[in-house]
Amino acid sequence: MSKDELLAKLEHSIVMGHLDADDEGFDGTMEGTPGTLELLEEALKAEIEPGVLVESFRVAMGKVGQLFEAEEYNLADMLASAECVGKAMEIIGPALQAVSHSTKGKFLIATVEGDLHDIGKNIVATMLKGAGYQVKDLGIDVPAATILQEIRAYKPDYVGLSALLTSTMVEMEHVVRLIKEENIPGLKVFIGGAPTSQEFADKIGADYYCRDVREALDKLEEVSKVS
Amino acid sequence: MEKTGIQHKKALPVRPVERLTPEQTRAIDGASKKLLAETGLCCAGAKAAGVYHAAGCRVEEAGDDKQKMWKVYFPERLLQKALSGVPSTVVLGARDPRHTLLLQADLPHVYFGTGAEANIYLRSRMDKFVSTADADRVLHHPVYQEEPGSLAALADAARLVEQLEHADFFIRNVNIQDPEINKANKDVNVFFTSLCHTTKHVQGGLSELEALPAVISLARIIAEEQPYLPFSFIVCPVRSPLFMVSDSSEKVLAIAREKIPMVISTSPQGGVTAPIQEEGITIQTNAEILAGIALAQFANPGAPVLYGAVPVRARLDTLEDCYGTAEFSHYAMACVQLARFYGIPCYASAGVGDANRPGIQATVEKMFSYKEVAAAGAHYIHYAFGLLDGTNIFSPLQAVLDNASIALVKELLRAPDFDREEIAAAVREIDKNVKGSGMFIRGIRRQLRRKVVSSTYEFSSDGEEDQVLLRAQAKLEHCLAAETKALPADTISRVFKEIPGLVSK
Repeated sequence: MSKDELLAKLEHSIVMGHLDADDEGFDGTMEGTPGTLELLEEALKAEIEPGVLVESFRVAMGKVGQLFEAEEYNLADMLASAECVGKAMEIIGPALQAVSHSTKGKFLIATVEGDLHDIGKNIVATMLKGAGYQVKDLGIDVPAATILQEIRAYKPDYVGLSALLTSTMVEMEHVVRLIKEENIPGLKVFIGGAPTSQEFADKIGADYYCRDVREALDKLEEVSKVS
Repeated sequence: MEKTGIQHKKALPVRPVERLTPEQTRAIDGASKKLLAETGLCCAGAKAAGVYHAAGCRVEEAGDDKQKMWKVYFPERLLQKALSGVPSTVVLGARDPRHTLLLQADLPHVYFGTGAEANIYLRSRMDKFVSTADADRVLHHPVYQEEPGSLAALADAARLVEQLEHADFFIRNVNIQDPEINKANKDVNVFFTSLCHTTKHVQGGLSELEALPAVISLARIIAEEQPYLPFSFIVCPVRSPLFMVSDSSEKVLAIAREKIPMVISTSPQGGVTAPIQEEGITIQTNAEILAGIALAQFANPGAPVLYGAVPVRARLDTLEDCYGTAEFSHYAMACVQLARFYGIPCYASAGVGDANRPGIQATVEKMFSYKEVAAAGAHYIHYAFGLLDGTNIFSPLQAVLDNASIALVKELLRAPDFDREEIAAAVREIDKNVKGSGMFIRGIRRQLRRKVVSSTYEFSSDGEEDQVLLRAQAKLEHCLAAETKALPADTISRVFKEIPGLVSK
């Protein structure tokens, strides 16, 4: 198989949300055929440059976005494709850094202390990876001190905080205040979760409120264009 | 296609909710038969009385000089024999064979369609309403225009039903009142207009017995080589309580002899023409239908019929029909169970209410009966689209809303469909995701393909404004703008040449 054919297959497998050979893909026919992970392995053996691979991921996710806009794909489908890209990025990440190919930016994400909910956060993390962001997920019930420590070490461009309980909104306010006190130039704080709102974001000094994962992606795209 | 080998439209399979216990069902059966054996049926039709007599019923003259009448008493054994010969499967053809309906008494598979013959056709269009306190506050709401039923309205209704995904058949639902229409030409015009504008099954009453040959000829021309004619009849031979009308009984005899499928219907009103309590009205409804079905079978054994119960309750303030109460569903569910008990495909009613404009009241009233009557396993649910103010108004906008409600009911009643293999697959899926991402998104696709994941409400709103009516009106306009699946020009020309009385509009 030529490199171009391999890249085309890889792109198709992402569009079809076909993670690996065990997965049946969007149309249910792909089980037993090489998925994103197997094709990526082949591409790396064929010495296709990481930058070229990332470009094919971008093209694939662009097609997925169009299918979503056309209502042919639902959000779960989009997420499945994003998961393919996310897993692929984890594999090629070190090689990518070695050749200085930048991603769209670094995103640190966490559910604040006292809150054990992670569905929304996981969905956002997966989609961001799929969209080409470098994501570090700190998990759930993360103390403010840990978040600050990770910000200093990881140096993200964006921080995303999630809360599902009204009781943990207070903690979110506390974390945002501490982050802002760090005065890190260019760092933008995003918040989300069922009880939060634009009014709450304004009140606690968060830069952006995102109602759902689509809004998170749209706002991030806007912010990254400006910066 | 199922094992019958007949191409047909897929119905909603349900696991029937049994409102009556087996003992109650048997008791009602026994009580209805006792009524027919001891109280008997008043029959104003000489031909029907003759048929009953020839079949072995005891028939006594009961009229006077003004009106001839007979009292008919049904020996239970005779009634049972008639019922045992009723076909348990009825096929209702359609212009497009993919819309053919297969009704099998032992399979509770449900179809939904229109019904009644409303005098009023309710047109709608959206308007904007601006707050007098704040001009930035704008709401969209329909404004309505009532008009008398007409051929044009009937054509629009048929075209709409053609487009509605969950409408399986079209009962002429608008009473045509054009000046060119008279008793003699009404039937051919009703059936021709309906069959012209929908490829789904068409059903209607027969105003004039004399029109029967022309209506059958019309259907045969349209059906061409198809094995099943695209139409059937509804006849209501009994006026409650237990009085067989001469004119309608003759229609039963004539249609049965032609072996055209026919609904034997009765519509007693609980509290006025039948007892208001469930057991009372059910006993009487059942007796009236059994008498009608027996007449069809005595006239032509094996004539295809549907058990057509349409019991309704009286309003206590006006004594008019009242559809928006629990009893409407209770009565219907009990009758569905009786039809199943006799092994006869069932015609039932749901989706009628007392509201006279589309909105919350209409939706609430309709939703209960859709869900309950379908859950009971009725094969053929009429009245399900667009009716308001009981059966007086047909609103196309309401029909579009009803279509969306029926979609939800179909999802709600979907029976669990899994076996050991599916259970094993679910365990593998849980195992894989517990060890992996913790998200089950990949499983969604497969379940969507299995059709076990429901859709959300078709007219969901964005933002604060309730946009259901706005969106439904947009769909209505889209449906009515769609190209009609018209009959071929040579068929139309042949129909006009061979069928007298057709109005060209």
